[in-house]
Amino acid sequence: MSARMHGTPRGSTILFATLILATVATWGMGSLGVTGTWGVAILAAISFWKGAVVILDFMALRHAPLLWRAITMGWIIVVWALIAIAYIKGLAQ
Amino acid sequence: MNTVTTPPSSLPAGGPAQAHGPRLAGDLAIWFFILAELLAFGVFFAAYAFARAKNIELFAAEQAALNRNAGALNTVLLLTASYFVVRAVQAAEAQASRQCANWLGGAILTGLGFIVVKLSEYAAAFEHNISLSSSTFHMFYLSLTFFHFMHVILGLVILIAMWNGARQGRYRPGEMNGLETGAAYWHMVDLVWLILFPLVYVIH
Repeated sequence: MSARMHGTPRGSTILFATLILATVATWGMGSLGVTGTWGVAILAAISFWKGAVVILDFMALRHAPLLWRAITMGWIIVVWALIAIAYIKGLAQ
Repeated sequence: MNTVTTPPSSLPAGGPAQAHGPRLAGDLAIWFFILAELLAFGVFFAAYAFARAKNIELFAAEQAALNRNAGALNTVLLLTASYFVVRAVQAAEAQASRQCANWLGGAILTGLGFIVVKLSEYAAAFEHNISLSSSTFHMFYLSLTFFHFMHVILGLVILIAMWNGARQGRYRPGEMNGLETGAAYWHMVDLVWLILFPLVYVIH
Protein backbone atom coordinates (compact mmCIF):
# COMPACT_ATOMS: atom_id res chain seq x y z
CA MET A 1 0.00 0.00 0.00
CA SER A 2 1.34 3.40 -0.90
CA ALA A 3 2.19 5.92 1.79
CA ARG A 4 -0.67 8.36 2.34
CA MET A 5 -0.12 11.99 3.27
CA HIS A 6 -2.12 11.74 6.51
CA GLY A 7 -1.53 8.07 7.26
CA THR A 8 -4.15 5.40 7.71
CA PRO A 9 -6.77 5.13 10.48
CA ARG A 10 -5.09 1.97 11.79
CA GLY A 11 -1.61 3.49 11.76
CA SER A 12 -2.68 6.67 13.51
CA THR A 13 -4.67 4.72 16.11
CA ILE A 14 -1.55 2.69 16.96
CA LEU A 15 0.51 5.89 17.21
CA PHE A 16 -2.16 7.50 19.41
CA ALA A 17 -2.20 4.49 21.74
CA THR A 18 1.60 4.58 22.12
CA LEU A 19 1.48 8.36 22.75
CA ILE A 20 -1.03 7.80 25.55
CA LEU A 21 1.10 5.00 27.03
CA ALA A 22 4.15 7.29 26.88
CA THR A 23 2.17 10.03 28.65
CA VAL A 24 1.13 7.62 31.39
CA ALA A 25 4.79 6.60 31.75
CA THR A 26 5.85 10.26 32.03
CA TRP A 27 3.14 10.96 34.60
CA GLY A 28 4.13 7.81 36.53
CA MET A 29 7.78 8.85 36.60
CA GLY A 30 6.77 12.25 37.95
CA SER A 31 4.45 10.74 40.57
CA LEU A 32 7.10 8.27 41.72
CA GLY A 33 9.54 11.15 42.07
CA VAL A 34 12.00 9.76 39.55
CA THR A 35 14.94 12.14 39.60
CA GLY A 36 18.60 12.08 38.73
CA THR A 37 20.26 12.56 35.39
CA TRP A 38 19.19 9.20 33.96
CA GLY A 39 15.57 9.58 35.05
CA VAL A 40 15.37 13.03 33.51
CA ALA A 41 17.16 11.79 30.37
CA ILE A 42 14.59 9.00 29.90
CA LEU A 43 11.76 11.45 30.52
CA ALA A 44 13.20 13.90 27.99
CA ALA A 45 13.72 11.11 25.43
CA ILE A 46 10.07 10.00 25.76
CA SER A 47 8.87 13.59 25.42
CA PHE A 48 11.13 14.18 22.41
CA TRP A 49 9.74 11.07 20.71
CA LYS A 50 6.17 12.22 21.35
CA GLY A 51 6.92 15.58 19.78
CA ALA A 52 8.58 13.92 16.78
CA VAL A 53 5.46 11.78 16.21
CA VAL A 54 3.25 14.88 16.23
CA ILE A 55 5.60 16.69 13.81
CA LEU A 56 6.21 13.86 11.37
CA ASP A 57 2.91 11.97 11.45
CA PHE A 58 0.12 14.22 12.78
CA MET A 59 1.38 17.39 11.04
CA ALA A 60 2.27 15.20 8.03
CA LEU A 61 5.74 16.72 7.75
CA ARG A 62 7.09 13.26 6.92
CA HIS A 63 5.78 13.99 3.41
CA ALA A 64 6.84 17.66 3.36
CA PRO A 65 9.89 19.08 1.57
CA LEU A 66 13.11 18.30 3.45
CA LEU A 67 13.68 21.95 4.45
CA TRP A 68 10.42 22.14 6.40
CA ARG A 69 11.03 18.80 8.05
CA ALA A 70 14.55 19.92 9.00
CA ILE A 71 13.32 23.23 10.43
CA THR A 72 10.61 21.69 12.61
CA MET A 73 12.69 18.71 13.76
CA GLY A 74 15.60 21.11 14.26
CA TRP A 75 13.38 23.22 16.50
CA ILE A 76 12.52 20.34 18.82
CA ILE A 77 16.15 19.16 18.90
CA VAL A 78 17.42 22.64 19.80
CA VAL A 79 14.73 23.18 22.46
CA TRP A 80 15.48 19.88 24.20
CA ALA A 81 19.23 20.49 23.87
CA LEU A 82 18.83 23.87 25.61
CA ILE A 83 16.71 22.27 28.35
CA ALA A 84 19.42 19.59 28.80
CA ILE A 85 22.21 22.19 28.98
CA ALA A 86 20.24 24.20 31.56
CA TYR A 87 19.56 21.04 33.58
CA ILE A 88 23.26 20.10 33.61
CA LYS A 89 24.14 23.69 34.53
CA GLY A 90 21.69 23.44 37.44
CA LEU A 91 23.35 20.23 38.67
CA ALA A 92 26.71 21.99 38.80
CA GLN A 93 25.39 24.74 41.08
CA MET B 1 -7.41 20.75 -30.84
CA ASN B 2 -8.58 20.64 -27.31
CA THR B 3 -6.21 19.81 -24.52
CA VAL B 4 -7.66 17.89 -21.64
CA THR B 5 -6.41 19.25 -18.33
CA THR B 6 -7.17 18.05 -14.85
CA PRO B 7 -8.78 20.75 -12.73
CA PRO B 8 -7.04 21.29 -9.38
CA SER B 9 -10.21 20.40 -7.52
CA SER B 10 -10.09 16.84 -8.79
CA LEU B 11 -6.55 16.18 -7.64
CA PRO B 12 -6.43 13.62 -4.85
CA ALA B 13 -4.93 15.96 -2.26
CA GLY B 14 -3.75 13.94 0.66
CA GLY B 15 -3.72 10.83 -1.46
CA PRO B 16 -0.65 8.78 -2.16
CA ALA B 17 2.20 11.10 -1.25
CA GLN B 18 4.49 9.98 -3.99
CA ALA B 19 1.89 10.78 -6.62
CA HIS B 20 2.63 14.49 -6.08
CA GLY B 21 6.06 14.50 -4.47
CA PRO B 22 6.75 16.14 -1.13
CA ARG B 23 4.32 18.88 -0.11
CA LEU B 24 3.28 20.82 2.97
CA ALA B 25 -0.17 20.02 4.32
CA GLY B 26 -2.24 23.19 4.30
CA ASP B 27 -1.53 26.78 3.43
CA LEU B 28 2.08 28.00 3.30
CA ALA B 29 1.17 31.09 5.36
CA ILE B 30 0.10 28.97 8.36
CA TRP B 31 3.51 27.30 8.37
CA PHE B 32 5.30 30.63 8.67
CA PHE B 33 2.89 31.49 11.48
CA ILE B 34 3.62 28.13 13.13
CA LEU B 35 7.37 28.74 12.87
CA ALA B 36 6.97 32.13 14.56
CA GLU B 37 4.92 30.53 17.34
CA LEU B 38 7.43 27.72 17.82
CA LEU B 39 10.23 30.24 18.03
CA ALA B 40 8.38 32.25 20.70
CA PHE B 41 7.61 29.16 22.77
CA GLY B 42 11.18 27.91 22.31
CA VAL B 43 12.57 31.14 23.78
CA PHE B 44 10.07 30.86 26.65
CA PHE B 45 11.10 27.24 27.36
CA ALA B 46 14.81 28.10 27.33
CA ALA B 47 14.23 31.08 29.62
CA TYR B 48 12.33 28.84 32.07
CA ALA B 49 15.03 26.15 31.99
CA PHE B 50 17.91 28.60 32.62
CA ALA B 51 15.95 30.48 35.33
CA ARG B 52 15.33 27.13 37.01
CA ALA B 53 19.04 26.31 36.86
CA LYS B 54 19.69 29.37 39.05
CA ASN B 55 16.87 28.62 41.53
CA ILE B 56 16.75 24.82 41.72
CA GLU B 57 15.38 24.59 45.29
CA LEU B 58 12.72 27.29 44.83
CA PHE B 59 11.51 25.78 41.55
CA ALA B 60 11.45 22.23 43.03
CA ALA B 61 9.43 23.32 46.07
CA GLU B 62 6.83 25.25 44.11
CA GLN B 63 6.68 22.75 41.28
CA ALA B 64 5.82 20.05 43.87
CA ALA B 65 2.64 21.99 44.68
CA LEU B 66 1.41 21.85 41.08
CA ASN B 67 -1.39 19.46 40.20
CA ARG B 68 0.56 16.96 38.09
CA ASN B 69 -2.56 14.82 37.60
CA ALA B 70 -4.32 17.76 35.98
CA GLY B 71 -1.29 18.34 33.74
CA ALA B 72 -1.22 14.70 32.68
CA LEU B 73 -4.98 14.69 32.08
CA ASN B 74 -4.61 17.76 29.89
CA THR B 75 -1.85 16.02 27.91
CA VAL B 76 -4.20 13.08 27.28
CA LEU B 77 -7.00 15.48 26.26
CA LEU B 78 -4.80 17.39 23.79
CA LEU B 79 -3.34 14.20 22.31
CA THR B 80 -6.86 12.81 21.93
CA ALA B 81 -8.03 16.00 20.22
CA SER B 82 -5.03 15.81 17.86
CA TYR B 83 -5.83 12.18 17.06
CA PHE B 84 -9.46 13.11 16.35
CA VAL B 85 -8.27 15.88 14.01
CA VAL B 86 -6.05 13.37 12.16
CA ARG B 87 -9.05 11.04 11.79
CA ALA B 88 -11.16 13.98 10.54
CA VAL B 89 -8.59 14.71 7.82
CA GLN B 90 -8.46 11.03 6.88
CA ALA B 91 -12.28 10.94 6.73
CA ALA B 92 -12.30 13.96 4.40
CA GLU B 93 -9.71 12.22 2.22
CA ALA B 94 -12.11 9.29 2.05
CA GLN B 95 -14.95 11.67 1.08
CA ALA B 96 -16.80 10.95 4.33
CA SER B 97 -17.93 14.48 5.30
CA ARG B 98 -20.24 13.36 8.07
CA GLN B 99 -17.53 11.31 9.74
CA CYS B 100 -15.12 14.22 9.29
CA ALA B 101 -17.58 16.50 11.14
CA ASN B 102 -18.06 13.90 13.89
CA TRP B 103 -14.31 13.55 14.48
CA LEU B 104 -13.96 17.33 14.59
CA GLY B 105 -16.85 17.46 17.07
CA GLY B 106 -14.93 15.02 19.26
CA ALA B 107 -11.81 17.19 18.98
CA ILE B 108 -13.80 20.27 20.05
CA LEU B 109 -15.19 18.45 23.09
CA THR B 110 -11.78 17.20 24.21
CA GLY B 111 -10.33 20.68 23.61
CA LEU B 112 -13.07 22.12 25.81
CA GLY B 113 -12.12 19.49 28.41
CA PHE B 114 -8.59 20.97 28.41
CA ILE B 115 -10.06 24.44 29.05
CA VAL B 116 -12.15 23.17 31.99
CA VAL B 117 -9.19 21.38 33.61
CA LYS B 118 -6.90 24.36 33.10
CA LEU B 119 -9.45 26.81 34.53
CA SER B 120 -9.87 24.61 37.60
CA GLU B 121 -6.07 24.67 38.01
CA TYR B 122 -6.02 28.46 37.76
CA ALA B 123 -8.91 28.73 40.24
CA ALA B 124 -6.96 26.62 42.75
CA ALA B 125 -3.84 28.74 42.22
CA PHE B 126 -5.72 32.01 42.71
CA GLU B 127 -7.34 30.62 45.87
CA HIS B 128 -3.82 30.32 47.25
CA ASN B 129 -3.14 33.93 46.23
CA ILE B 130 -0.68 32.84 43.56
CA SER B 131 0.02 35.56 41.03
CA LEU B 132 2.65 36.58 38.50
CA SER B 133 4.55 38.40 41.25
CA SER B 134 4.47 35.51 43.77
CA SER B 135 7.82 34.09 42.65
CA THR B 136 9.97 33.53 39.58
CA PHE B 137 8.51 30.04 39.22
CA HIS B 138 4.91 31.24 39.36
CA MET B 139 5.68 34.05 36.92
CA PHE B 140 6.86 31.42 34.44
CA TYR B 141 4.12 28.92 35.31
CA LEU B 142 1.27 31.42 34.88
CA SER B 143 2.63 33.24 31.85
CA LEU B 144 3.74 30.09 29.98
CA THR B 145 0.54 28.15 30.61
CA PHE B 146 -1.69 31.18 29.94
CA PHE B 147 0.14 31.96 26.69
CA HIS B 148 -0.54 28.35 25.67
CA PHE B 149 -4.12 28.54 26.99
CA MET B 150 -4.83 31.45 24.61
CA HIS B 151 -3.56 29.33 21.73
CA VAL B 152 -5.92 26.51 22.73
CA ILE B 153 -8.85 28.97 22.64
CA LEU B 154 -7.85 30.17 19.16
CA GLY B 155 -7.41 26.53 18.11
CA LEU B 156 -10.93 25.75 19.32
CA VAL B 157 -12.35 28.66 17.29
CA ILE B 158 -10.59 27.23 14.23
CA LEU B 159 -11.86 23.71 15.00
CA ILE B 160 -15.44 25.01 15.26
CA ALA B 161 -15.07 26.75 11.87
CA MET B 162 -13.70 23.50 10.40
CA TRP B 163 -16.55 21.50 11.98
CA ASN B 164 -19.03 23.86 10.38
CA GLY B 165 -17.26 23.50 7.02
CA ALA B 166 -17.26 19.71 7.31
CA ARG B 167 -20.99 19.69 8.05
CA GLN B 168 -21.50 21.61 4.82
CA GLY B 169 -19.41 19.04 2.94
CA ARG B 170 -16.72 21.61 2.13
CA TYR B 171 -13.76 19.22 2.50
CA ARG B 172 -13.03 16.43 0.05
CA PRO B 173 -10.08 15.24 -2.06
CA GLY B 174 -8.75 18.28 -3.90
CA GLU B 175 -10.46 20.65 -1.45
CA MET B 176 -8.42 19.90 1.67
CA ASN B 177 -6.47 23.12 2.10
CA GLY B 178 -8.69 24.74 4.75
CA LEU B 179 -8.95 21.55 6.78
CA GLU B 180 -5.21 20.82 6.60
CA THR B 181 -4.37 24.41 7.54
CA GLY B 182 -6.52 24.35 10.67
CA ALA B 183 -5.28 20.86 11.54
CA ALA B 184 -1.63 22.01 11.34
CA TYR B 185 -2.37 24.85 13.79
CA TRP B 186 -4.10 22.52 16.25
CA HIS B 187 -1.22 20.03 16.15
CA MET B 188 1.20 22.90 16.87
CA VAL B 189 -0.79 23.70 20.03
CA ASP B 190 -0.50 20.02 21.03
CA LEU B 191 3.22 19.89 20.17
CA VAL B 192 4.05 22.85 22.41
CA TRP B 193 2.17 21.31 25.35
CA LEU B 194 4.18 18.08 24.91
CA ILE B 195 7.26 20.06 25.97
CA LEU B 196 5.53 22.37 28.45
CA PHE B 197 4.06 19.50 30.52
CA PRO B 198 7.29 17.61 31.29
CA LEU B 199 9.32 20.81 31.60
CA VAL B 200 7.06 22.65 34.06
CA TYR B 201 5.17 19.83 35.80
CA VAL B 202 7.53 16.86 35.87
CA ILE B 203 11.28 17.55 35.53
CA HIS B 204 12.71 18.52 38.88
